[in-house]
Amino acid sequence: MLKYVKNHMESITGIEIYPMISLLIFFIFFVVLFWWVFTAKKEYIETVSNIPLDNNLNQEKS
Amino acid sequence: MEVQQFHYDNKIVKNFIYATMLWGVVGMLVGLLLAFMFIFPNLTDDISWLSFGRLRPLHTNAVIFAFVGNAIFAGVYYSTQRLLKARMFSDLFSKINFWGWQLIIVGAAITLPLGFTTSKEYAELEWPFDIAIALIWVVFGANLIGTILKRRQRHLYVAIWFYLATFVTVAVLHIFNSLELPVSALKSYSVYAGVQDALVQWWYGHNAVAFFLTTPFLGLMYYFVPKAANRPVYSYRLSIVHFWSLIFIYIWAGPHHLLYTALPEWAQNLGVAFSIMLILPSWGGMINGLLTLRGAWDKVRTDPVLKFMVVAITGYGMATFEGPMLALKNVNAIAHYTDWIIAHVHVGALAWNGFLTFGMIYWLVPRLFKSKLFSVRLANIHFWIGTLGIIIYTLPMYVAGFTQASMWKQFNPDGTLVYGNFLETVTEIMPMYWMRAIGGTLFLTGMLIMVYNIIVTIKQGSKVTDELAEAPALQRISKKRLAGEGWHTWIERRPVQLTLLATVTILIGGIVQIVPTIMVKSNIPTISSVQPYTPLELEGRDIYIREGCVGCHSQMIRPFRSEVERYGEYSKAGEFVYDHPFLWGSKRTGPDLHRIGGKYSDSWHLNHMYDPQSTSSGSIMPAYQWLVRNELDKSKTEAKMRVMVKLGVPYTDEEIANAQDNMLEQGTQIEKNLYTDPDFASTYEADIQSGGEDFVEMRNREIVALIAYLQRLGTDIKVETVEE
Repeated sequence: MLKYVKNHMESITGIEIYPMISLLIFFIFFVVLFWWVFTAKKEYIETVSNIPLDNNLNQEKS
Repeated sequence: MEVQQFHYDNKIVKNFIYATMLWGVVGMLVGLLLAFMFIFPNLTDDISWLSFGRLRPLHTNAVIFAFVGNAIFAGVYYSTQRLLKARMFSDLFSKINFWGWQLIIVGAAITLPLGFTTSKEYAELEWPFDIAIALIWVVFGANLIGTILKRRQRHLYVAIWFYLATFVTVAVLHIFNSLELPVSALKSYSVYAGVQDALVQWWYGHNAVAFFLTTPFLGLMYYFVPKAANRPVYSYRLSIVHFWSLIFIYIWAGPHHLLYTALPEWAQNLGVAFSIMLILPSWGGMINGLLTLRGAWDKVRTDPVLKFMVVAITGYGMATFEGPMLALKNVNAIAHYTDWIIAHVHVGALAWNGFLTFGMIYWLVPRLFKSKLFSVRLANIHFWIGTLGIIIYTLPMYVAGFTQASMWKQFNPDGTLVYGNFLETVTEIMPMYWMRAIGGTLFLTGMLIMVYNIIVTIKQGSKVTDELAEAPALQRISKKRLAGEGWHTWIERRPVQLTLLATVTILIGGIVQIVPTIMVKSNIPTISSVQPYTPLELEGRDIYIREGCVGCHSQMIRPFRSEVERYGEYSKAGEFVYDHPFLWGSKRTGPDLHRIGGKYSDSWHLNHMYDPQSTSSGSIMPAYQWLVRNELDKSKTEAKMRVMVKLGVPYTDEEIANAQDNMLEQGTQIEKNLYTDPDFASTYEADIQSGGEDFVEMRNREIVALIAYLQRLGTDIKVETVEE
C-alpha cells in the first residue's frame, strides 16, 4: 500500500516518516489499551459493570 | 454521607418515545410507497412532490434522523439520568432539543418533496437546516456534558462514552460535510468538487452509519440489555477494548463506498484495510451483547423485550460481518450499485435499529407509566411478523443483487454483452421487488400493532412526570490520578479528558484521508479538454439534482470490461473538477448516465421524460411530465455562476453577463433539433395555437435545460485526454 501513498504524495518532503508514525500510533494505541484492560482490578470492573443495575454492588468502595 | 433527593425527568423521555413511534410509521410508510413504485412506476402520476426521486431522500432521512434519531434521544435521556444519578442538566435544553429536532423533521418533510436538496446522501437538507441541525445538536451535547458534570456517580459507565463519542463525531462529520455556499434561501453548492466531494461525502455517509446508527445504539445496548436481563454486561473489559478500537477504526473506512471509482487508489486501499479490521471491534460488541444473556436464555423464551434485543444484536452481527466482506474489492465489484446494498442496509435498519428500538419501547413504557404491558401476546405477534418481514424483505433483495450483477457482466463468446439492453436486467427482478414490498408491509404491520399496544398501555397507566430518586452526593477527590489508580480508571471519571481523547481518536482517520486529497494536486490528474458547464447545462444539472435522478442513476463508470462495453470509456477523476456537488450515485435502478451525452437524440430524451414506457417498453422509470410543461426559472443563473466562480470554476465576467443570451441560444438550438421529429412538430404547433398569452416557448422550458445537461454528460474527454 505504501507505493500508492508515495506516488501521490512525494511532493511533500519527509513524507516517508508518515507511514512509520501511523504504524506507531496504531501499535502503541492497542498495546496500551490491552495493557490497561488486562491489569484492571477485578473489584473495579465489577463495580462499574453493575452501574445500570439497581443493586448494592455499584456503591463506591472506599 | 449526605443523601440527596432529586427527580428524574421522565416527560422528555416520553415525548421522544411518542415522536419515535410517529416518525417511524411515517418513514416506513414512505418506504413502502417507494417499494410499490418499483412495481407501479406511475403510481403517483404527474404529482411532482410524490415522485420517486424526491421521496427517496425523505424515506432515508425520516428513518435515520426522525425514527432512529428520536429513539436515540429517548434512550439517551432515560439512561443518562440513571447512569449518572442526576436529572438532566437543563430542562430548557431538553425542551429545545426535542422541539427543535421535531421542527427540523417537519421542515425536511416539506422541503424534500418540493425538491430542495443538496443531493448528498443522508445530508440532503439545504443549508438553513444544516445550521439548525448543528445548533440543536450542540444543545443536546451541552445538556449531556452538563449532566455529566453534575453527576452523583463517579465513574462513567461505557454507555456514556458511546454517547459522548456520538455527540463529538456527528458534530465534526456534519459540519465538514455540509460546507456549502448559498445561492438563495434554499439553494447552495457544495464547496468541494468531484472526487473531493465524493470522498468527504462518503467519509460522512459511512460515519453517519457508524456514529448515528451504531455507536449510540451500542450505548443503548449496554444499558438496556443488562437491564432487561437483570445481569451485568458479559465483559466490561471487552467493552473498553471494543469502544476504543471501534471509534478508532470506523472513521477510516469511508472510501469503501468508492471502490473502482475515480478516487485515487491509495485512498481506496486504505478504506478496504480498515473496513476489514472493523469486523473485530464490531463482533466484540455483538458477542458482548449476546453473552450478557448467559444463564438468562430461558427468559428469552417468554420475554418479548429480550426476543427483540436478541434479533437486534444478531442483525448487528450479520450486518457487520457483511460490511467488511462488501468492502473487499472483488466482492464490491459484484455488489456495488445493486440491490444487495439495499438488503445490507435493511438488515441494519430493520433488525439492529428497528428491533432494538422496539425492545427498548416495550421495556420503557410500562415503567414510565407504572403499569404492565397491555398485551404480551400482541408484542409476540409483533416480534414474529417483524422477523418474517425482515426475512421476506432482505432475501429477495440479495437474490436481486446477484441476478443484476451476473446479468450486467455476462458476455457472449463473440465478446458482446448477453443483456445489452439494461431493461432486461430490470424486468428479470420484478418478482423480487414484489416480495420486498410484501416484506415491508409485514414489518410496518408489526409496527402498527406495537403502536396500538403501547397506546392502550399508556391509557391504562398513570403518568409519572418526575420520578423521585435519591443518591449520595459525589465527594470531591483529587483531579490527579490517585495512588494505585489505573490511567483508564482515571480517564473514566474525567469526562472532559475522555471527550478530548475520543475527539483526537476520530480526527486522526479523517485528517489522514481528506487533507492529502485536497492538498496534493497530483491526486486529481487534470484534463485540459474538460470545461465548465454552459449556463443552460448548469440549470439542467440543478433540475437533475432537484428531481433526485441520482437516486437511481449513477454517473461513474468503473474500469471493468462489462461496464466499458455497456456505457463507454470509464470515468476519470479529472472529468469531475467542476461538479459541485458530485453526482456519482450509489445505486443503478436504471443505467449509468455518465456517457449518455450524444447517445440519443434530443427528441428521444423529450419523449422518454414525458412517457418513459413509450420509448422503453417495460421501463420502471416514472414520467416527468411537469418538466416538459414548466417554464425554466432563469432568474438566478447569474448568481449561481458567481457562486461557482467563488468555488473555483473559471467563468469569466463576460460569460456571466451573457448568460441569458447564451441560454436562449442553446435552448433555441435544442428546440430546432426537436422539430426534426414530425410528431413533435405537429403537437407543438397545435399547442402554440391553443396556448394563449401565457404560452411558454419550448426553448424556455425546464426540459430543454435538462436535455442540454444530459447531452453534455461525459462528452468532454471525447477530444483527447492528458492523463498520466
